[in-house]
Amino acid sequence: MTTTSPITAPDHRRVSKAAVRHEPPRRRRFKPGAGRQHHAGPFAYFALVVVGLGSLFPLYWTLVAASRTQQEVLDTTPPLFPGGNLFNNLEAAWEQASLGKAILNTFIVSSSITLATLFFCTLAGYAFAKMRFKGRNMLMTMVIATLTIPPQLSVVPLFMMMSDIGWGGQLESVIFPTLVSAFGVFFMRQYLIEALPYELIEAGKVDGANNLRVVWSIVLPVARPAMMVLGMLTFVQAWNDFFWPYLALNQQNPTLQVALGQLSASYVPDQSIVMAGALISTLPLLVVFVIFGKQIVGGIMSGAVKG
Amino acid sequence: MATTTPTRGVHGSRPSRRAPKPMSPGRQAWRSRLWRFDDKASPYAYIAPFFLVFGAFGLYPLVYTGWIALHRVEMTGLDQMEWVGFGNFSKILQEDEFWTAVSNTFVIGVISTVPQLMVALGLAHLLNYKLRASTFWRTVILTPYATSVASAALVFALVFRADGGLLNWVLGFFGAGETNWVNGHWTSNIAIAVIVIWRWTGYNTLIYLAAMQAVPSDLYEAASLDGASRWQQFRNVTIPALRPTILFTIVISTIGSMQLFGEPLLLEGGANGAQGGTENQYETLSIYLYNYGWNLGHLGPAAAVAWAMLVLLLLIAAINWLIGRFVRKTAA
Repeated sequence: MTTTSPITAPDHRRVSKAAVRHEPPRRRRFKPGAGRQHHAGPFAYFALVVVGLGSLFPLYWTLVAASRTQQEVLDTTPPLFPGGNLFNNLEAAWEQASLGKAILNTFIVSSSITLATLFFCTLAGYAFAKMRFKGRNMLMTMVIATLTIPPQLSVVPLFMMMSDIGWGGQLESVIFPTLVSAFGVFFMRQYLIEALPYELIEAGKVDGANNLRVVWSIVLPVARPAMMVLGMLTFVQAWNDFFWPYLALNQQNPTLQVALGQLSASYVPDQSIVMAGALISTLPLLVVFVIFGKQIVGGIMSGAVKG
Repeated sequence: MATTTPTRGVHGSRPSRRAPKPMSPGRQAWRSRLWRFDDKASPYAYIAPFFLVFGAFGLYPLVYTGWIALHRVEMTGLDQMEWVGFGNFSKILQEDEFWTAVSNTFVIGVISTVPQLMVALGLAHLLNYKLRASTFWRTVILTPYATSVASAALVFALVFRADGGLLNWVLGFFGAGETNWVNGHWTSNIAIAVIVIWRWTGYNTLIYLAAMQAVPSDLYEAASLDGASRWQQFRNVTIPALRPTILFTIVISTIGSMQLFGEPLLLEGGANGAQGGTENQYETLSIYLYNYGWNLGHLGPAAAVAWAMLVLLLLIAAINWLIGRFVRKTAA
């Protein structure tokens, strides 16, 4: 696309479509530069294969260990291929760690956090990106600064507060502290700065729309691609969160990660059963990842912030 | 459309131009005041949820932690607080375990962050070449990111086992004897660093890749016209252009390594995991906090540990800032 000169090949279709529908301008950040001029040599592919194997092998080995017996897993020559004990182990893990309840809980927690994050972060991101108000820059700096505060610093009083208001051991204690994320606000702001032209907002206002109306019928449609990405990133993170859920929840009412931690910690654990639990907790996300991997990769590359 | 002057705030919906007086002057004034209020208040309403949630579940507890650190509070009676002054602080500062935790957190932080970011930089450079199936490679190296701390720690716990561990089995081919990874101070720290590196290298790679693709290509053309080799281009064009990104990943990784919890907790699991090994050989600050508060049930010292972490974090931030300033000065 970048090599076609505008003189020889004018692309009227694309130009007019973008002008009429107010599509976000195509992002220019991924233009070819740097090493892109050169093709990768055999060494590059070799290195990538090695790193790729290193990335995937632990996941594969989870499957191998989950489908064997404890004895085979801990044998002096560890097995390298899956065996036939998978369903026994899955069943045992299911019974020992109340995984059914854990899956349901994880799903409730992850989806409510994701929905709330999307809603609140899009609103806040829009305000920071396109609205003028007193203290905007200072407040945005504060939002970014909160990224650097580890949760460890507030868990002790948080635990006491939660038990005070009767949320001790309840899912609410995990959901509410993460309803919005600084990363999400930042991510939506960055996207909307580029993707949402002021003219569009003005046009809506001229047509008599109040601010909420503008958000509903102009900002949300424009923000949808970024919301998809933020939604997936948030879901992955909420699904995998460990520290605070492990402190806040208990064996009777765990999320998957908590159940998994307890499965390995509470008694002398059977390693193949623990691995079956790990498989159950990882598999749904891996499926999501295989389907949406491309978007998640793009999202991380455009967000460029660890959440 | 772009040329329209912004007339919002003057009651004006389209039909009003044709029908000059749709409503009484009083109503009009009221509506326009409503409009102005809407414009003034909306931004604050939109950002309020973030600050409310952060205030209630982030900032307030953070300050309150300092207050709790000055009291004796037990898990068995959360509403009874007894003033002990700086007793909790002097208690933890006198414990060897605390200093072990500080040094482990530091050591694991360094030996996980440095190789991780260097590998990520190299990988990003490879991925920046014209590649077949580039999206496939990106997805593959990012896959560990989709794995939870718990699953990752548990698989690697098997890999690092002394007897029947995958790693010792592989090393056996090279004539190495059995290493008890978990029992040694350095070896257990390395094991934990490997888990961190595995989970986060792909993530950092993509961040670097994004930054690399934003480097203008004329810089490279100019450099190669000047006869710079590829390595010189990487050193003198890519790295300087990436400096802000690199600084950013260093900061974020440092904060991340302050928080290491799941990896050490589950490396052995059970009672050993909860205190970072039989001799606290891989105990981190988070484990130390957890052990005090949730294992032994003393929340006062746990809160004191949290504040010690805050102080360390500020120290690291100050050092980072100084290094950053030094680097900028020498570059200029």
